[in-house]
Amino acid sequence: MNFAFTEEQTQLRDSLRRFLTQSYTVERRRAILRAGSGCDPATWRQFAELGILGLAIPESLGGIGGSAFDALVVMEEFGRALVLEPYLSTALVGAGILVRAGSPPQQRLLPAVAAGEVRLAFAHGERDSRWQLDAVTTRAAREADHWVLDGHKAMVTDGAGAHYLVVSARAPSGISLFLLPGASEGMTRTALTSHDGTNVAEIRLAGVRVPADALIGADGGGSPLIEAASEVAIAGLCAEAVGAMDALLALTLEYVRTRRQFGVPIGTFQALQHRMADMLLHAELARSMSYLASARLAVSDLTERRRALSAAKFLVGRSARFIGQEAVQLHGAMGVSDELPTSHYFRRLTLINASFGDMDHHLERFASVMAA
Amino acid sequence: MDLNFSAEEERFRAEVRAFVAAELPGSIRDKVLGHKRLDREDFLTWVRILNRRGWVAPSWPRRFGGQEWDAARVLIFEEECALAGAPPVLSFGPRMVAPVIMTFGSPAQQEYFLPRILSGEHWWCQGYSEPGSGSDLASLKTRAERRGDSYVVNGQKTWTTLAQYADWIFCLVRTSSEGRPQSGISFLLIDMKSPGIAVRPIVMLDGEHEINEVWFNDVEVPVANRIGEENQGWTYAKFLLGHERVSNAALGPSKRALRELKAIAAAAPTGGGRPLIQTPRFRDRIAEAEIDLMALEVLVLRVIAMDRERHTPGPEASLLKLRGSQIQQTISELAMEALGPYAPLHQPQVLAADWNGPLAGPAEGIGVTGRYFNYRKVSIYAGSNEIQRSIIARHMLGLKES
Repeated sequence: MNFAFTEEQTQLRDSLRRFLTQSYTVERRRAILRAGSGCDPATWRQFAELGILGLAIPESLGGIGGSAFDALVVMEEFGRALVLEPYLSTALVGAGILVRAGSPPQQRLLPAVAAGEVRLAFAHGERDSRWQLDAVTTRAAREADHWVLDGHKAMVTDGAGAHYLVVSARAPSGISLFLLPGASEGMTRTALTSHDGTNVAEIRLAGVRVPADALIGADGGGSPLIEAASEVAIAGLCAEAVGAMDALLALTLEYVRTRRQFGVPIGTFQALQHRMADMLLHAELARSMSYLASARLAVSDLTERRRALSAAKFLVGRSARFIGQEAVQLHGAMGVSDELPTSHYFRRLTLINASFGDMDHHLERFASVMAA
Repeated sequence: MDLNFSAEEERFRAEVRAFVAAELPGSIRDKVLGHKRLDREDFLTWVRILNRRGWVAPSWPRRFGGQEWDAARVLIFEEECALAGAPPVLSFGPRMVAPVIMTFGSPAQQEYFLPRILSGEHWWCQGYSEPGSGSDLASLKTRAERRGDSYVVNGQKTWTTLAQYADWIFCLVRTSSEGRPQSGISFLLIDMKSPGIAVRPIVMLDGEHEINEVWFNDVEVPVANRIGEENQGWTYAKFLLGHERVSNAALGPSKRALRELKAIAAAAPTGGGRPLIQTPRFRDRIAEAEIDLMALEVLVLRVIAMDRERHTPGPEASLLKLRGSQIQQTISELAMEALGPYAPLHQPQVLAADWNGPLAGPAEGIGVTGRYFNYRKVSIYAGSNEIQRSIIARHMLGLKES
């Protein structure tokens, strides 16, 4: 048993934190929010220079071949700094799919991903699918040496800005994944904003024709790839939430130490001390489950993976909710203003719950594995 | 023991329902039920309609233009209005400053201000909280110095709800720094058009502008606009807080929100054929919220009955505020969750009444997540839930402060 990060991981954490503290300040983030694109080009270039865009890509394919725990370190720091840029969807989920199942020509995109020149989006969820991974109604029909896709994809992170989209569709042989250029004819991408400032898109596919080699992996072999992508996303979101919780807890601790009412810092009130103690407990439980999630990503037993990932997403969601709500309450009216970072952490922590399955979904999933 | 409203009260409910159905303009109802932004004129239009019937402040004494309704009638009235989609009649005028003016104000103040509250000519806002004085209100620093027949006011109030619409603000100001902090406070009525007042918007976490900072820079206020005695303002403010709390149970709004939650969950797909409301896990959570709301409703009725016997509001109102705010927050949380993957969407342009552009996500989802964020305020304003628990501990349980 060893819970220590390697020297390289500690260096990665330190250099990322230094970079984000200096360059991704509250003011800078506000400017990116105002610009509304959800991805600042200069910041993205700096991510490339730091090497982290190639983290999930093996060296042989132009990346640095990092581990799940390297990704955890990055996502924790991004959570701490409330990074808006769609790192998870490009560097971990999108690149992860191409590494796992992409054809050689598709994998030739990966050096450009690592270099920050190409962004990927995972266009899977649909209007009516809620969290069911196999509820795919988008159709892929084979016409001679082409695939023709029709359907609708909902709430796709970075869907409007990404250069390529990994799209799930139901082909005659089953659910399959396709790599589509963002500028495909017949594709309409509507950019939308989330309450946490990240960008999503609704995507309409009306007779989008792509060559046969747009297929990722086997025809009808999409489901395991989708589940694996979802697991990578869950582990990443759990780590991001832990980073955000750490930062929010620190902010709140500072607030109750300095905010004075009735002649004393409010942190001297026992009722508030106990609430802070509960917040710390929730944060440590979340960190524990975030570690478990990343540790189990590579396990071959599907049941064990599902148990761990769903347990983590549920528990981290619960901690995120508790800590977010308590932090706002302890800040009083300051907590509901846009001005302080407090509510920005609260918003992000809230909406992590509405991504890749909410608490109810993962509790249900865990329970059905348990009872099976 | 009889938990039912009397036949007379039920007749009254039918009368209110018919009145609202006949008088509430459809355009305003649609905005309220569709969660569109309300403008100043929407609130005032409804106040003017109510005023024609004498129902702006129906609990007031008849001599001031009220109906002397008891708390049960007020409850029925507010519930019917909320369920039918009427804009709320904001508390600041009729239910906050007016009882203070009636009880402690001069005849001239009563004659001037009270009719203008009823007519909607004066929109009131509340100048209590300051950046350094929230729960510890008595530490407030905004100063009023006496110069002849005027006070000169300097300082800052904050979190002032809808100050951008207000004609008048009632303020607690410091007129003496001697003795206990509570004993140097005066209660002033200040014209928002006075030179030296600046209103600055505060953007909330849902991106909306509902609260403000109000700055006072050498603002002259006639001494005639002071309520009661100098340095006695704390007494008047405490009286006001006692009046504020029963409607904070928010029964009507929560019943409407529960109705909306069920509609959202009934329309929400789950990728598996049945709508969300038929999945046991989510259905049961809605059921639990409804049971909590039922319990709160009976508790409200019991507190009303207690107050009626004692002729004075008791500390039980704190139970209502505490639980009422929790239920509001739970229902808004469930509504957001019901949206599933669409919960994150922020489409502020859709909140404009005249918006007819595209909408992403389900139509029932308009403003839902923003409301979840916005409703974190209900356990903070009007005495935070921590303050309510302290009141319960001290005044209901008899526990002493350490």
